[in-house]
Amino acid sequence: MNETKYMNPYLAGLLLGILLLTTIYITGRGLGASGAIKSFTVATVEAIAQSHTSSTKFYQEYSKEHQGTSPLMNWLVFEIVGVLIGAFLSGLVSNRLNLKFEKGPNATRNARLIGAFLGGVLWGIGSQLGRGCTSGAALSGMAVMSTGGILTMICIFGGAYGFAYFFRKLWL
Amino acid sequence: MGPLVPDIISANLNYIVALLIGICFGAILEQAGFSTSKKLVGLFYGYDFTVLRVFFTAGIVAMVGVMGLIHFGLLDINLVYINPTFVWSAIIGGIIMGAGFIIGGFCPGTSICAAAIGKIDAMIFILGSLVGVLIFAEGYSLFEPLYKAANLGNPRIFETLNISQNLFAFLMVSVALIAFYFVTLIESKVNKREVVFVKLSRENGLIILSGALLLIFSLLFTDRKADLLNLVNDDNFVKNYSIDEITPDEFAFRLVCENCERMQIIDFRNKKEYDKWSLPRSTHFTVDNLFEKEPNLFLKIKGSIKVFVANKEITEKKAAIIARRLGYKRIMILKGGLDEFNKEILQFEPIAKPQNIKEINLNRFRLQVKEEINRLIKENKPKGPVEKKQKRALGGC
Repeated sequence: MNETKYMNPYLAGLLLGILLLTTIYITGRGLGASGAIKSFTVATVEAIAQSHTSSTKFYQEYSKEHQGTSPLMNWLVFEIVGVLIGAFLSGLVSNRLNLKFEKGPNATRNARLIGAFLGGVLWGIGSQLGRGCTSGAALSGMAVMSTGGILTMICIFGGAYGFAYFFRKLWL
Repeated sequence: MGPLVPDIISANLNYIVALLIGICFGAILEQAGFSTSKKLVGLFYGYDFTVLRVFFTAGIVAMVGVMGLIHFGLLDINLVYINPTFVWSAIIGGIIMGAGFIIGGFCPGTSICAAAIGKIDAMIFILGSLVGVLIFAEGYSLFEPLYKAANLGNPRIFETLNISQNLFAFLMVSVALIAFYFVTLIESKVNKREVVFVKLSRENGLIILSGALLLIFSLLFTDRKADLLNLVNDDNFVKNYSIDEITPDEFAFRLVCENCERMQIIDFRNKKEYDKWSLPRSTHFTVDNLFEKEPNLFLKIKGSIKVFVANKEITEKKAAIIARRLGYKRIMILKGGLDEFNKEILQFEPIAKPQNIKEINLNRFRLQVKEEINRLIKENKPKGPVEKKQKRALGGC
């Protein structure tokens, strides 16, 4: 069977906007993603090296902010588990489920491999500095008109345009 | 009034809500095509602007929606998480993420979607992002000065730019709509296709109509608080507005009366004066409180009249007009304000030579309530400001 066509982007945007609005109305906070990655990292380090987390400032500040509970008892962790389920179901319905390594037509396998990993590393660091990623800082920040969120949004997209030329071989 | 967490939806139920919201989030992103890096980076090379369309549509819909909720008094923005602004870390973090976007081909949310349908490059990306957070955590002492520099608190963009909320929203929606038009032209050019946007179809008609509606709403959904504060700034308007009054004598009688209808006293003097002395069972309020969620519940208590008091009657009246406009019922003000009440009751000097039975009765009544109320005030421990246990929701990452 062939893959189903993607949804009209404006319709998808409208639905996403309504979802974000509902989220803010119900919970008082927006959507997010990188926070779950942070929780997962903290939980992993905690499990492997307990003494390390209790003596390092970053983890101390984290546990102070999220007192008394495991880092995995976190709103964003539950949300991200939902994202995995939702995306999987969507892929299932639209015949897009298959193990696939995707790369630009002229990029080598290794270049894409290193790029994907390095890109992830940059997001890991950047989303901590920016206090959120495209979802948590840029999109949710725009919805509540946060100065910081909109500033981060401009820098994410501006930055990507600025660097696009140098990495064109990866994609074009 | 929103947010519904934590009083209407408990903290535990909130996790289930998170899961359900996540499922919708994931499904929408995947259906929009965010589960493939080729589509995501298309934005930066001009061949596919799906990301821009979805992202900005969602952004302006949610933004105008939030304004609407505030406009109709359905959301207490003071309880909503507003991403804090740390100028340098927002800029540098953003640029690093921008580089990550073009090098990695994903952002965190989309990588999780892509991994869910089996994209191996997305799984590697996620692995990288875990390592990235780890690097930040372990190198925190290096990042910390930048991370915490130039903290502006939680300003909202229209405050920073010093323009009205509506103007900013209108500009933002306009920019998005104009961008939608131009990226379609660019897309067609890059992909060497005929320009298809101008075709008038039902689908395009709906999109244009929705865009126009958003533009109109961005101007219509004014900030209710600013509107009402503006309204009561007009002294003439306030003077001509009629609000039920309660006379100092009646008020005094009710203060000492045990079987009368319940009376809630809402004190709008400043905190200092309130702490110095206050009427029995009175609650301290600020005008801001009128717009907030928890004080709101207090004013909604049924079966009692709410008497607004302040030193000057005009202050009481302004607050009462706002409360009435917000839909609260049975609001009254103390005639002449506390100034008058002080003079007539609390510091009442009896008429030296009462001429008739009326004056004798007045002397008798006022002297009695004067003593009684002054005793009550002395015994009264101020209840303090209206309870506000709820804090801003914790959000972000």
